[in-house]
This record gives sequence, C-alpha cells and structure tokens, in this order.
Amino acid sequence: MKIVIDQDRCIASGQCVTAVGEVFDQRDEDGVVVLLDPTPPAELASAVRQAAAVCPALAIRVEE
Amino acid sequence: MTETVNPAEVPQFPSARAARCPFDPPPVLHALQEQGPLAKVRVWDGTTPWLVTRYEEQRALLADPRVSADVTRPGYPRSAPVLSKDGSAISFILMDDPEHARLRRMVQAPFTVRRVETLRPAVQKIVDGLIDDMLAGPNPVDLVEAFALPVPSLVICELLGVPYADHEFFQDNSKILIRRDADPEERAAAFARLVEYLDDLVGRKLDHPGEDLLSRLAERIKAGELTRQEAARMGVLLLVAGHETTANMIALGTLALLEHPDQLDLLRRTDDPKLIAGAVEELLRYLNITHSGRRRVALEDIEIAGQVIRAGDGLILANDIGNRDPEAFPDPDRLDLRRDARRHVAFGFGVHQCLGQPLARMELQVAYGTLYRRVPTLRLATELERIPFKHDGQVYGVYELPVAW
Repeated sequence: MKIVIDQDRCIASGQCVTAVGEVFDQRDEDGVVVLLDPTPPAELASAVRQAAAVCPALAIRVEE
Repeated sequence: MTETVNPAEVPQFPSARAARCPFDPPPVLHALQEQGPLAKVRVWDGTTPWLVTRYEEQRALLADPRVSADVTRPGYPRSAPVLSKDGSAISFILMDDPEHARLRRMVQAPFTVRRVETLRPAVQKIVDGLIDDMLAGPNPVDLVEAFALPVPSLVICELLGVPYADHEFFQDNSKILIRRDADPEERAAAFARLVEYLDDLVGRKLDHPGEDLLSRLAERIKAGELTRQEAARMGVLLLVAGHETTANMIALGTLALLEHPDQLDLLRRTDDPKLIAGAVEELLRYLNITHSGRRRVALEDIEIAGQVIRAGDGLILANDIGNRDPEAFPDPDRLDLRRDARRHVAFGFGVHQCLGQPLARMELQVAYGTLYRRVPTLRLATELERIPFKHDGQVYGVYELPVAW
C-alpha cells in the first residue's frame, strides 16, 4: 500500500488523524495534513482506507 | 413511511416532521428518497431548486468542483432573505476557493485533533462543574439552560476570547439569527448587533492581544492579511456555530437516549472511549440537526443519476435524509450506538465540511460520556408530546428539556 496526499486540497478536518494517527498528522499552524508514513504496514491498511473514505476534501489517495 | 408524493406536484421544502416521530426527517423526504436521488422542490421564495436525497449523490455533488457554495451567484437557493446590506457573503461558508480557503485556513489551527485533545481536561472540568451545580440545585430542571447550552458556550468563549459574562446577549441574538421564520429585518438586526459586538472585541484584541483566536485574527489585521469586517464576521460565524449546534446535539441527543433506554444503558455503563466515540457518531448521523440542507448552485451542466442538472440550477443537499439512506446505513431509522456510523454527512462533505467538528466531537464525547454515568436516574420530567421542538430553526433541537433524577 502506498499513500499520496494533496496538501492544497486538505481542509484540516483531522478525520485521517482520528482514523489512523500512526500514518497521518496535522501541521500546527493550519491543521493541514502531514503524511508520517507513506507505505504503512498491512495491519493499518483498513484504517488507512477508512481515512481516505471519510476525507471530505478527497485529499488522500491510496494505491494498493 | 407511508407518505407518497405525486410526481406531478412539486413539494414544499422544508416540510413538517411527523408529529409522533420527532427524531425522524419529514415523511416527504423519505418518500422522495424512495423515488430517486433527485427531485425538484419549492422553497420560500417560490423558486424550485433540486433536492438531493441520497447519500452517494450528496457526497459526489458536495465534492464536485462544478458545484459552487457562492451565495452571490444567480440560482443559489438561499435558505432565508439576504442578511448583509450589499448582498455580499457574510462568511467563508458562503464563498468558493480561493477566497474560502484563504479565510478558512486562518482559523483552522485551534481545531486540529491534537489541539482539541489538549482542551479535553478543561471541558471535562466544565462538564463536571455543571453537573455538580445541577445536582445541588432544583429538581426537576431545564437541561438546556443547566447543561446543554453552557457547555459549548463556555468552551467557544474560551477559545475565541469572548467574555462568557456576555452569554445572554450572544445567545439571544444567535437564536433570532438561526430561526427559519424570523422576520428578515429582525434577523438582519440581530446579525448587525453580533457583528458590532465582535468588531468591538476585535478592536480590544488589537490593543491588548491574548492567547485566543480573536487575537490571532487581530494579528492578521495588523499584517494586512484580513480586514476588520472579515474578522468580525468570522467571529460571529464561529461564536454562533460553536455553541448552537453542539448545545442542540447535547439536549436532543439526551432526549433521544431517554426514549431509547437500551441505548442509554450502554452509555450509562461504560467508560470505553471507543464506544463513546462511536455513540457520538451514531447520534450525529441519526439526529442530523442541520436539517435545512447544504445549499449549492451548479456552475456547469452535471449529469448524475440519469438526470441533468443545468448550469445555474440551485441544489439543496438534505443531509438529514442522506444519513437515513438504507444503501449507506442498513436499517437506517434505528438508533444503534454500536454501528459504525463514521461515514455520515452530518457535518457536510467537501471543502466546506464543518470546521469545528473535532471540537464538537470531543465536547459531545465528554458530555454524553459523563452525564448519564453521573446521573444514572436521569429521566424526562414531562411527556414527549409537551417538549417544544425547534421545527422553526435552521438547526433542529429542543427549546427546553425538563429532566429529573
């Protein structure tokens, strides 16, 4: 699994951080997404898919 | 839901809920959803925008760049007459990017998941203190006044840097502002009073900055990145949205739980943060208090679900019925705190999704996670039929909730 994020589209909803904090974080100054781990281990795959599904700005792309 | 809609007739929006189903969307919305994802409805000014009733189509359109939230565009289905004298958008929720993103990004910092978590102990203290006062005071009591309204009001005041001592002033004006049937001049006057109040506060922050969000906006004014009017209007948005919505969720959620004792029992007997967080998502889905729909206008022709939405057509995305779409949520009319409801659209979807949602979630987790455990005998002190519901509000809820214990 490989993750690609689009910081320009991000609206800082933080739902990715809630879904899987090991993979996503937010910038302190404006809450925009920061990718901590672009190739997360398999046990986080379903949480990462959940994060992508709930992102309101469609700023997370998951390549399987 | 036995109500049917004659396809030749254009139903009114909004329409009434069924008298004995105060937690369910109006029957006409159920009927329209069964017929298809899109229908034309007639709104207060006689125009007939599209009403989008199904979950998938709502998410698709709310995330579609061909769909605009710009209130000044012809065809935009306003929910009420215009508030500003010049017809301009009164906040970034009624603007498109890049203006929307420019303004929204200025106020995103306090709402990150990490920053919100740092507020949790303070919110817990507020909630515990209000419950202490309630238990020491008269019984029965109105839960709205004693608990539901003060929790988010105290929190948003602290975050923005608004003196809580002024809460009667801003709560009274907020109430007028978000009433669906309020006289347009009365609403405009309430809005003007709130803008004047926030403008005065921003002025004070310019001279004496603190650690709060209004002080951060004052810095932006000094840096030439924001006008004082933009700052004051943003302050009004955050203040009103920050307390009205969460207060209604606390009170209406409590009533819904009292009417579903097996579900209430789950919360009464747990301190599991995951179960409580899941319960919050399900109550957000089930109650969906933003019952006036998200409003948009099409910028281009859009083909969707076998229909063509024409450029300039207005769109109302009724997220309350979207959250009851059986394709998205099996057995959708059942309140089930153990279901995975996280994909709900109660906060909207797309770039305009609620800015304060992490804060709202945390406040609700603390409120629901504490009140019923500390007051396990909490019960309704009147009949359900006597509860005054906010049928006339842009945001649904109850005006009063008499409870005893």
